[in-house]
Amino acid sequence: MGELRDLYQEVILEHSKAPRNYKKLAAANHHAEGFNPLCGDRFTVYLDLEGDTVRDIAFEGSGCAISKASASMMTQSIKGKTVAEAERLFENFHKFVTTQNHAESDSAELGKLAVFSGVAEFPARVKCATLAWHTLQAALEDKQEAVSTE
Amino acid sequence: MTLATKTGLAPHPANSLAEIDVHSIRAEFPILKRKIYGKPLVYLDNAATSQKPRFVLDAIEDYYEKENANIHRGVHYLSERATADYERVRVQAQRFLNAAKSSEIIFVRGTTEAINLVAQTYGRANVGAGDEILITAMEHHSNIVPWQMLCGEKGSKLRVAPINDRGELLLDEFEKLLGPKTKIVAITHVSNALGSVNPVKRMIEMAHRRNIPVLVDGAQAVPHMSVDVQALDCDFYAFSGHKVYGPTGIGVLYGKTALLEAMPPYQGGGDMISSVTFEKTTYNKLPYKFEAGTPDIAGVIGLGAALEYVADVGLDAIAAHEHDLLVYATEKLSAIPRLRLIGTAAEKAGVLSFVLDDIHPHDIGTILDQEGIAIRTGHHCSQPVMDRFCIPATARASFAIYNTREDVDALVKGIRKVREVLG
Repeated sequence: MGELRDLYQEVILEHSKAPRNYKKLAAANHHAEGFNPLCGDRFTVYLDLEGDTVRDIAFEGSGCAISKASASMMTQSIKGKTVAEAERLFENFHKFVTTQNHAESDSAELGKLAVFSGVAEFPARVKCATLAWHTLQAALEDKQEAVSTE
Repeated sequence: MTLATKTGLAPHPANSLAEIDVHSIRAEFPILKRKIYGKPLVYLDNAATSQKPRFVLDAIEDYYEKENANIHRGVHYLSERATADYERVRVQAQRFLNAAKSSEIIFVRGTTEAINLVAQTYGRANVGAGDEILITAMEHHSNIVPWQMLCGEKGSKLRVAPINDRGELLLDEFEKLLGPKTKIVAITHVSNALGSVNPVKRMIEMAHRRNIPVLVDGAQAVPHMSVDVQALDCDFYAFSGHKVYGPTGIGVLYGKTALLEAMPPYQGGGDMISSVTFEKTTYNKLPYKFEAGTPDIAGVIGLGAALEYVADVGLDAIAAHEHDLLVYATEKLSAIPRLRLIGTAAEKAGVLSFVLDDIHPHDIGTILDQEGIAIRTGHHCSQPVMDRFCIPATARASFAIYNTREDVDALVKGIRKVREVLG
């Protein structure tokens, strides 16, 4: 039960039930679709980029609690950041959910995203936690085809 | 019987006297002694692959320890022994499906390869531009994609017979789709995602009235029911060893002699030839024409042991036991508030697909896993079925000979835990 609670932390459950920025973004000038063919999770990420800065970001789609909460919290932490900052955050986040025994400095850098610390104990769920991020990356690159976790 | 009526499931025709002793059966499957996260394994992912009894594991080990040699070409003792055993399994498989001849049994890697073989040989030779291939809305990807590939190559069209909200094939619609352009029908015997048992005999009759050959995907059927290809009169029948207590990597394609004779070979290589010169090759007779290269000999030996094991226990007894579990589980799961069963056909094999509130099946799977309960979550390689029911995925529990009512109780308890964790 301990590990399950680490995975499904209250904040994660709350975001999965009431995801933030969950809409189609009318003003979006970039978007991409992300797909996990293993479990059928599918999200679209919308971006409104002004120069190098994410002015607004939103998402919609369907997925498990982990993928939905991750998408929701990603939109919150990316808004207002530059593309370079967003990419760096993804890099850190990816490292964070794939490594066990985190250093405290890792968590500090990630802020609220540190609630995903439990994912590392569930390798099968890493793709759930990173799907929205892969989709964000595809949106930044304006990929036409849906990006897949496989 | 009363339970069956309540669940909407048809009663099982098999003699209920043929009961099996599930506890002594469990003792024959070493993996069932395993603990997962300190909890006893509750294995309910049998539609993906079944576990293997000691008898099968020993047969494979024995083969490698005492008999390993290549077949069909050696003059030495071991090669002759291995060849005899390999060919004996062909006769076993013939009896298992009640085929007319053992030369109608072709060893392949599994159901997927069997269907690809037919699509690439019979299909390429007989399906042309504007022709149609008819499947159903409940096929596994392995009985969709090989035909799509053929359609792409030939400019032919894939037609799909619809199903109703219970997951039952609409037989009238199926018949309407059989037309002068239909060149082959490919249908599943039992749906892996829904558990529905198709009325394949009637479907085959309908197709044959129009002289259209029928391939039946039996991957989910043979572990749960006796199959008689002559009684069905199907033209091709495919199944995988690993779903019927045998090893992975081995399966069977049955085909009627006349069709197999007329088909071009699938792969070229050793064993499938009678003579080779640089100018001309003469192909070997059936079934070797379709078995190029050194086959999975150990896999075939393992499959033989599995078929012997199943025959020993008795398919009628297995079917009756699994039907009892299905009825019990259907009743228990239906009683869980806001749980929706996907696939409620009257004729069903031991598969229970379900969704729970708006909880994603992947989350259900992770939490059950922590309880030692193995189920499958996702689209089960049947994305069109998920689309039909407007859901991205399901959680699926599927039964085998060694499952018990206690396993079902553990599942129900696990589902309660899912609610507890996810609130």
